[in-house]
Amino acid sequence: MMDNSYSAIMARKNEIIRNSVGMDYTKFELPGIGFDYEAMMAATGYTLEELQRVQALFSVGNTPLIELKNLTTLARKCAKPGFGARIFIKDEATNPSGSFKARRSCTSVYQAKKQGYKGVVTATSGNYGAAVACHAAMAGLKCIVVQECYDSRGVGQPEIIEKARKCEALGAEVVQLTVGPELFSTVLRLIEETGYFNASLYTPFGIAGVETLGYEIAQQFRSKIGKDPDVVVCTNAGGGNLTGTARGLRKANCNAKVIGASVNLTGLHMASDEQFNKKSFTTGHTGFGVPFSVNPDRSDVPRSAARPLRYMDRYVTVTQGSVFFITETLASLEGLEKGPAGNTALAAAFRLAQDMPEDQCIVVQETEYTGAGKHINPQLSFARQNGIDIHFGDPKDEIPGKSIILPSHPSLIQVTDVDLDHVRRSNIKAQVGAHKDELTDADIRYLMEETNSSEEFVRGVVASL
Amino acid sequence: MAKKGDWVQVHNIVLTPEERSASLPEDTKKHPLEMWVKGWLQEDAELGDEVEIITRTGRHTTGKLVKEAPYFEHNFGVLVPEVLKIGDMVREITFGGNE
Repeated sequence: MMDNSYSAIMARKNEIIRNSVGMDYTKFELPGIGFDYEAMMAATGYTLEELQRVQALFSVGNTPLIELKNLTTLARKCAKPGFGARIFIKDEATNPSGSFKARRSCTSVYQAKKQGYKGVVTATSGNYGAAVACHAAMAGLKCIVVQECYDSRGVGQPEIIEKARKCEALGAEVVQLTVGPELFSTVLRLIEETGYFNASLYTPFGIAGVETLGYEIAQQFRSKIGKDPDVVVCTNAGGGNLTGTARGLRKANCNAKVIGASVNLTGLHMASDEQFNKKSFTTGHTGFGVPFSVNPDRSDVPRSAARPLRYMDRYVTVTQGSVFFITETLASLEGLEKGPAGNTALAAAFRLAQDMPEDQCIVVQETEYTGAGKHINPQLSFARQNGIDIHFGDPKDEIPGKSIILPSHPSLIQVTDVDLDHVRRSNIKAQVGAHKDELTDADIRYLMEETNSSEEFVRGVVASL
Repeated sequence: MAKKGDWVQVHNIVLTPEERSASLPEDTKKHPLEMWVKGWLQEDAELGDEVEIITRTGRHTTGKLVKEAPYFEHNFGVLVPEVLKIGDMVREITFGGNE
């Protein structure tokens, strides 16, 4: 009889993952603290063209690029004369399963099928579950989705319950848990029990799948607008969206600035039972965005393929109230009814556009589907039910977990810069750990790549540790 | 009374508070880690009984029977008048007012 206690399962972690991803991560480890990221990405064995072909098999990709002309007009009314870049959105909700996560899951599911696995397991409370369930259905594989869904009173986040419904509708088994990071041990136990493929969000297969999104943006801009976009804004949580998109832009030789955007949930603890239902966003927020930038390898694979600090030119936050406001604005001005979490980058882009000249272009690279529970109205309704004070005012006064302030005028929507050098310092500190005195030149070069910073910066941080 | 072959939901305690990860916030640590799974009931049973089910993936698992014929009740919430006001505001600023 297998020992299924928490500690025993966690002790078998590496072996379970190696068997369930079909990839030996140890071969990418370098002497010292680093690993060969590009070798790991190349180990998928797929070129970008092959990824496009695989995605076409699942009818994923080639989503519309929509110019938001009325939203641009509104941004220009809030900007000084001559400013207000043209705002575009990539309508990723039109993918089967309703989000960009389709790109991430179909390569994983394809890989699982090719390697002969009978099913896939994934840990996610988000759109990724629906994407994996969708592609598993197409590939004739079984699918288990494990969600963190309820607080200790048994009250579920409406947004997560909707995703459970969608996964079940697509034939998946949904395992729902209360709040806590030990979800991971339940996932490992299920992988071990079933022998299924671990369709983690953070394998090279998943992240490589998002490269087609960045690539398509460059191609569509060149054919529709006749030039490259100036700025691409990505909602940032675990970092895979931004990483894959930025890599795809580079593969298309597009030099657009890549800006990450997260909903500000500062002060709320992600593993807190009491605060679980005080959040009105279950993803796209700083509670994932910041820790996963500081330490990408906190994910469920030994080395995460999502490494946003390598690619981020700037990182900003927006308030919950601003994202709800812009979601309603997108419906009212553009006739596009979408889920709020995917509009995090849109709220940021609306403000960022106002600092850019009118002839420049800014693109938001995703939308997500909407439905019962996963929509501005039920999410605000649920927040009010949970004692959150919702009113019009200045969003800068919003306190996550206490209030949601809807801007009393669109010109009050602001972005707040995250100090990226601070994040870089924390990242270096986390990676160096106890090895400060053993670092080689190769380690320093690795840290420069990891944090997209200069040798002087890295050596300065290391010396200060 | 649930019948063999009914679609049901079962509940399990995965970890008791004592067995949970040491790094949790205090408010979370005082509760067990709980789990809910749905499947086809394998024997007639009453609510609260320990039962066996077969899930959509064909997995045999056990747990306390907590719901017969579970279904989704999430919806679009109650009226939030602010949502309507946002729509009116941005239309007015974008299209209205001037010429």
